[in-house]
Amino acid sequence: MIQYSKEFLVNLYRTMLRIRLCEESLVEPIIKGEVKCPCHLCSGQEAVATGVCAVLSENDYIFGTHRSHGHYLAKGGEMSELIAEIYGKETGCSRGRGGSMHLIALEKGMMGAAPIVAGTISLAVGAALACKIRESGSIVVSFFGDGATGEGVLYESLNFAALNKLPIVFACENNFYSTHLPIRECRPENHIYKIGEPFCLKSHKVDGNDVLKVYEAAKNAAEMCKNGEGPVFIEFLTYRLRGHVGPDDNIQGSLTDIRPKEEIEKWMKKDPIIRFEKVLLKNKVFTREELRRILKETEAEVYDAYVFARNSPYPETGELTKYVFKE
Amino acid sequence: MSLKNKRKLKYSLAINEAIHQMMASDESVFLIGQGVKSPWYVGNTARGLLEKFGAERVIDTPVSENAITGAAIGAAIAGMRPIVVHPRVDFMMYALDPIINEAANWHYMYGGNSSVPVVIWGIVNRGGEQAAQHSQVLHALFAHIPGLKVVMPSTPYDAKGLMISAIKDDNPVVYIDDRWLYNVEDDVPEEIYTVPIGKGIIRREGNVISLASASYMAVEAFKATQELVKDGIDIELIDLRTIKPLDEELILKSVQKTGRLVIADGGWKTCGLASEVSALVVENGFKYLKSPIKRVTLPDVPAPSSPALEKVYYRNSEDIIRAVNEVLKENNN
Repeated sequence: MIQYSKEFLVNLYRTMLRIRLCEESLVEPIIKGEVKCPCHLCSGQEAVATGVCAVLSENDYIFGTHRSHGHYLAKGGEMSELIAEIYGKETGCSRGRGGSMHLIALEKGMMGAAPIVAGTISLAVGAALACKIRESGSIVVSFFGDGATGEGVLYESLNFAALNKLPIVFACENNFYSTHLPIRECRPENHIYKIGEPFCLKSHKVDGNDVLKVYEAAKNAAEMCKNGEGPVFIEFLTYRLRGHVGPDDNIQGSLTDIRPKEEIEKWMKKDPIIRFEKVLLKNKVFTREELRRILKETEAEVYDAYVFARNSPYPETGELTKYVFKE
Repeated sequence: MSLKNKRKLKYSLAINEAIHQMMASDESVFLIGQGVKSPWYVGNTARGLLEKFGAERVIDTPVSENAITGAAIGAAIAGMRPIVVHPRVDFMMYALDPIINEAANWHYMYGGNSSVPVVIWGIVNRGGEQAAQHSQVLHALFAHIPGLKVVMPSTPYDAKGLMISAIKDDNPVVYIDDRWLYNVEDDVPEEIYTVPIGKGIIRREGNVISLASASYMAVEAFKATQELVKDGIDIELIDLRTIKPLDEELILKSVQKTGRLVIADGGWKTCGLASEVSALVVENGFKYLKSPIKRVTLPDVPAPSSPALEKVYYRNSEDIIRAVNEVLKENNN
């Protein structure tokens, strides 16, 4: 603990809590049908986005997936613009044109997210190529899920990135499910990080529910990338506490979420936020009172985000064809 | 026109010059794709680039069309102006995901907050008994997709000017050229100039029938026009140059004048470029038409290898002449 400042640790905690409360706030509107835009909640996976993005500056880029609310928030995207986007409002981060799966905060280095599995990996490689050509010193993180290991473009991307020593971290969030199919039924072996090895990438497996371990792994990877020793492949073991998507899946354990109850319970005990909270209290980084204050502040942020989203206008219907091309 | 404007250049070297000049004038421009380091690279289009700009900006790649195209798109998102080249359009099919799902949708799906200034260069390379997977002309596929612009130059002048426009454009531009055009030689100005995307051109003014085409078929259409004019048929020859967005005004104005239309396209018939131009005119200019429209296209058949079959597969100026004569025969007025 001693090597970290209080401010740093509190920020990690606050970011994870912001993601969690934001995600959980969506459950009720989704079930009620108020939110129809498909939301892939990342509750339970907050430590990965938080720990990795804590290493990055605004000049570093990240690319996300269908499940990227956490990446967007951790990289500095505004929560109000996220909720407004999910509500299809003009004030959303993508002006209501993209929805939950297309989040962007360009000025913060959140370059975009897209749900075609593995679809943004090659884009992230290209951004890293841009960094290399410009000698900007920036690095790129490509977030993708374990399901993306089934896509050929991942291997093409690893090869090309390694061949050109690009400054990119391949951050695989292994939540053990490729949508509804257990990843063990998708692959003949269980160590995803090893797919980096044939391409001569430094490859690691990390406990993705321990935010400090995530941070340290990402920090080492980022330093390697900045020293021209990239790319790096990291597999983060984590788990989503909600289902894959949608109102049925989002009610844990019901209907379409067929994951074993015991498995979910096991992972609830490894909840990254509760774990980190315990560590912080034990090490007297902050008191229970400070914790309550952070909770209250975060709840207020979520509340304000909904007020903002609900009060925002929809895009003008006359603007349907706007933005097809950049004029 | 100054004297230097009279310099002649081959189509392939006009492209080469466009890339040279744009890479020299804009550091964000780079070339990536298979074989670009090779001195015998397709039609010398990459001649001298590696020597001048180095391997950092002239990037030869493994055979990984999907990731390489995605990387070009990602670099564009990060502020570069890449040109990604596919020496054969057929192999570019592996890259449909980044082109269609990502590049084409990107600007729209982020509400205008991000853009993709990339040139996706696909070279049509057919004939010579190469069969179905080395012969395809797939521009219509790309023209169908909102968010993509598709250009198809037929002359060395347009090849250079449209490449420069494509590089300067803030949107993904699919640049499709045809190796059958690579040795065509014509006047090409030495300086940097642009040919506007979305603008066709009237190659010959006429009053009796409009003949629209693009890319290599514009050459066949020109040959057909020379023959038909000898027979006293006053053809208006349109080179579309860009097929998405189409120069609707130019096409409709021409048909308004002539009342007849033949479209010659190097692609297949169904849902093709010729279908689109035809539908445009029927929808917006039906009242001008004196005869039914005719399309000269490939039959809906994969490219054969056998020279006997190949000969009847590809369309040429004779097919165009026949179509023009048929339309003139079916005169309703």
